[in-house]
Amino acid sequence: MAATGRTPGTISGNRGLQIEEPLIFEQGGVGRTGVDFEEPVRREDRLGGLAREGEIGLPGLSEPEVMRHFMRLSQKNFAIDAGFYPLGSCTMKHNPRLNERLARLPGLGDLHPMQPEATVQGALELIDSLARWLKLLTGMEAVALSPAAGAQGELCGMMCIRAALEAKGDARRRVLVPESAHGTNPATAAACGYEIDAVANNARGRVDLGAVKAKLNDDVAAIMLTNPNTCGLFEDEILEIARAVHEVGAYFYCDGANFNAIVGKVRPGDLGIDAMHLNLHKTFSTPHGGGGPGSGPVVLSGALAPFAPLPFVVHGEEGFRLVEHRGETEDEGQRAIGRLKGFHGQMGMFIRALAYMMSHGGDGLRQVAEDAVLNANYLLAGLEDVLTVSYPGHCMHEVLFDDGFLEDTGVSTLDFAKALIDEGFHPTTIYFPLVVRGAMLMEPTETESKAALDQFIATVRGLAAAAKSGDAAKFHDAPKLTPRRRLDETGAARHPVLRWRPAPDKAAG
Amino acid sequence: MRYLPLTDNDRHAMLAAIGVASIEDLFADVPEAARLEAPLDLPDHAGEMEVERAIAGLAARNLSPATAPSFLGAGAYRHHLPATVDYLIQRGEFLTSYTPYQPEVSQGTLQYLFEFQTQVALLTAMDVANASMYDGASACAEAVMMARRITGRDKVVLSGGLHPHYRETAATFARYSNAEFAAAPPDVDGVEDLGAMIDGETACVVVQNPSFFGHLADLAPIGAVCAEAGAVMIVAVTEVMSLGAVRPPGGMGADIVVAEGQSLGNPLGFGGPYVGLLATRDKHVRQMPGRIVGETTDADGRRGWVLTLATREQHIRRDKATSNICTNAGLCALAFTVHLALLGSAGLKRLAAINHSAAVGAADVLGAVPGVEVLNHTFFNEFTLRLSKPAGAVADKLALRGVLGGVPVSRFYPREPELANLLLVAVTETNSEADLAAFAGALGEIL
Amino acid sequence: MSEMKFSEEHEWISLDGDIATIGITDYAQEQLGDVVYVELPQVGKQVKSGDDMAVVESVKAASEVYAPVSGEVTAVNEALSDAPDAVNSDALGAGWFVKIRLSDPSELDKLMDQAAYAAFIAGLG
Repeated sequence: MAATGRTPGTISGNRGLQIEEPLIFEQGGVGRTGVDFEEPVRREDRLGGLAREGEIGLPGLSEPEVMRHFMRLSQKNFAIDAGFYPLGSCTMKHNPRLNERLARLPGLGDLHPMQPEATVQGALELIDSLARWLKLLTGMEAVALSPAAGAQGELCGMMCIRAALEAKGDARRRVLVPESAHGTNPATAAACGYEIDAVANNARGRVDLGAVKAKLNDDVAAIMLTNPNTCGLFEDEILEIARAVHEVGAYFYCDGANFNAIVGKVRPGDLGIDAMHLNLHKTFSTPHGGGGPGSGPVVLSGALAPFAPLPFVVHGEEGFRLVEHRGETEDEGQRAIGRLKGFHGQMGMFIRALAYMMSHGGDGLRQVAEDAVLNANYLLAGLEDVLTVSYPGHCMHEVLFDDGFLEDTGVSTLDFAKALIDEGFHPTTIYFPLVVRGAMLMEPTETESKAALDQFIATVRGLAAAAKSGDAAKFHDAPKLTPRRRLDETGAARHPVLRWRPAPDKAAG
Repeated sequence: MRYLPLTDNDRHAMLAAIGVASIEDLFADVPEAARLEAPLDLPDHAGEMEVERAIAGLAARNLSPATAPSFLGAGAYRHHLPATVDYLIQRGEFLTSYTPYQPEVSQGTLQYLFEFQTQVALLTAMDVANASMYDGASACAEAVMMARRITGRDKVVLSGGLHPHYRETAATFARYSNAEFAAAPPDVDGVEDLGAMIDGETACVVVQNPSFFGHLADLAPIGAVCAEAGAVMIVAVTEVMSLGAVRPPGGMGADIVVAEGQSLGNPLGFGGPYVGLLATRDKHVRQMPGRIVGETTDADGRRGWVLTLATREQHIRRDKATSNICTNAGLCALAFTVHLALLGSAGLKRLAAINHSAAVGAADVLGAVPGVEVLNHTFFNEFTLRLSKPAGAVADKLALRGVLGGVPVSRFYPREPELANLLLVAVTETNSEADLAAFAGALGEIL
Repeated sequence: MSEMKFSEEHEWISLDGDIATIGITDYAQEQLGDVVYVELPQVGKQVKSGDDMAVVESVKAASEVYAPVSGEVTAVNEALSDAPDAVNSDALGAGWFVKIRLSDPSELDKLMDQAAYAAFIAGLG
């Protein structure tokens, strides 16, 4: 199928290595397959008259056609393997391939979750080892490993908090959430039946201690804070906040999305935190995979540990075993909030994260945090005179700029981000956090070299100069060199086309 | 350290450029009391060989289904994975990219997700699907919340044929909502009639086909009861391969279909990560949770793809979002898409037929073992055996003989003595005649 | 029809007998950008002044629309489901959202007239 619309000046519609690729549904034919199987042994069916009739409608392709299709699609993606991905709040760091190999080992990658426990002692020990690493790194008493991703970890942590309060007969209705928080935080608190009370930031980009104290009373169940926060700053009054929260009998939930900045340097348990989720796909380098799978273990204080979800691994007299149902005692899950997903958790991510931690070791993880913070501050130092720094002082693992430097240029944050694409960089996070105008949040991570940072700094400086010199058209047209240019998101939302359908004439035939 | 590019010289030069004397100056905002000075009780860094040795040592202590006849199912199934699948999902452009928020540099991810959505809609015979959920159980829980939004009602009816993990997950998600659950008892024989549990207050009814115990049912009658009562029928499918052989939920009146997609493209992996499917009718699309990809055009008028209808999602709607889900199962959805692209309709139908035929053969062989009764009149590739002895102990003894011979129902329902002797047995294309003979032989000796 | 009235939440109200037609103002639609979807209440619904009544969505934002007056919803603008862009192109006309039968006409007194609203948005900078 030829691309519709304006063509790039070639007969085929392709542009060198950028090859147009139709949908699989627009290729192949009926009756073909790319997997060879013998005919089944003929036996009378036991489908009870419910055999599927009619065409399913999936195209038939050979293996080489499938290979070429997805290879071509892959070439339309930016990836951390290929380039600098300074996406603030997302921690796009190198994903070691050793971890991929280990997740696929026979005896791990092919284990069935419901095998007898005696046949999976190595797997259960691996889960137990991961738990030990996470508890030591965070200084917390317990960890719930089953949450499928960060948002589910939040849900788990907040449910544990509500369960703990209710166990004391303490019905509270409100949760404090800073305006700078990830959107998952208010969404999670709402899913736990809480009302959200937004807390303002102060002029230094931190949660305002006075504002927190003013809102704290015996109707507040918890505060949800991210630390370092989404402005890339350490909440330097966190000990006072924790104390004030605990004084009114509330709990302190920490969004651990930014743990990469402090791993090995600061233990959340020493900050007065009661519950915190970790994104294994951020700090512990399990691949983002184009949007998952993730894994969101939650570390818990001793007070919340009895409410941790099912299942969990315990070590008994005959080795490791899984507690899959509420038992007779707290240690056996008597007060567990329940189950959050099927089976035991994202085992494939556990293997990768453990391999990553073992590779770095305790010493290396501390270096991870230091290099991540050093790299972010190096970006800050290299760009602070040409961009607008939102808050004064050093940053942690990410640095926040706003669109002040673009004032009167006719160039928006979005335009600036799109221009970065033509320069071969993934854009920074834009328009988040919401507390500054036209935010640009840059997180280099520790796996970028000084040379890579220098090249990025030089490019951003050049773009800032171009914007200020009045070359707005360059930005409005960007990106020009990508497989597709800016896409019509308004049209997509007004008239949603969410699946392929056969053309009407074909459907009739 | 191999993952850290900075050298000590780099670090010194960078600290100088920043204008600080030491790295500790950059951590000055951390209260002194909270700074970790002493090293943690953790081992130091290790090379690839050392790490591989340690983890391979753990792997060696497990019994791999690749080396033992394995008949385990109960919501996770062992199937042949074409080599192409694993190669393609390890392409760095797929593996190491982020959620496709910047569409100009993410057309690859966006297009395969659009293909995934279409495949899921075709398989389930529904109008539209989202770009994946965590797994079948959490997709089911999300569907229950979606049904409550659609109907504005709180009563949730759960079939006794629904996978216990799905039942438990739905209850956990709704723990702090007004939902009221009415769960039918385990439907061992596949004969339940939920009609009496449905009334004008019912938000949704969740049924599973094939059921947890393997039975197949025509869901059209219960769908009609739901339609009459204004309730939503949610159909769960835990073995997606069955849709190659069994009438799809969309053809039986389902309003929402949720499924575990693991069987296509994804290894067993001790329970995850898997990929949840969620499909519905066009009219409910704005109540759907999770990411959705839509078709559009670019500035040059060429067809392209974007994430769309994002105002349902947490990063925009915050506390009023349809779900708090953010990261989903992107790469597992890719594995599903590649595997299904390789199979096509013809391959899927043949593979499903092989599964069914093998299961029919196995049911006959196992049913002939003294002390074994096959409970199912209908099934796809999994059925329930009633043994003359408690199934948990039998499964453990089978494992000692190197056979992974089914999942005892007591693993899910430990406090239901009348279910103690039930064993779920799944049979797929990976099981040989020799596997079956070994299983039947060992079972006969134990019973 | 009477003269239009305006709320601080950027809704307009036009009265015809005891039926108030309600939409969002030009200022509001400009702030939102391209409107892609409008979620409207069910006809027959009773709303109180200040209640969430509708949701208006652009690509990257969703805003609640609050009922500026109390009463029963007697009609909603079904045409917006196919053509939400009317909110941008004709906010004060074809882009109307709902009609409400007023239960307390005195609530209208709290709303602004054209001049007062113009001064109000000028003050927002």
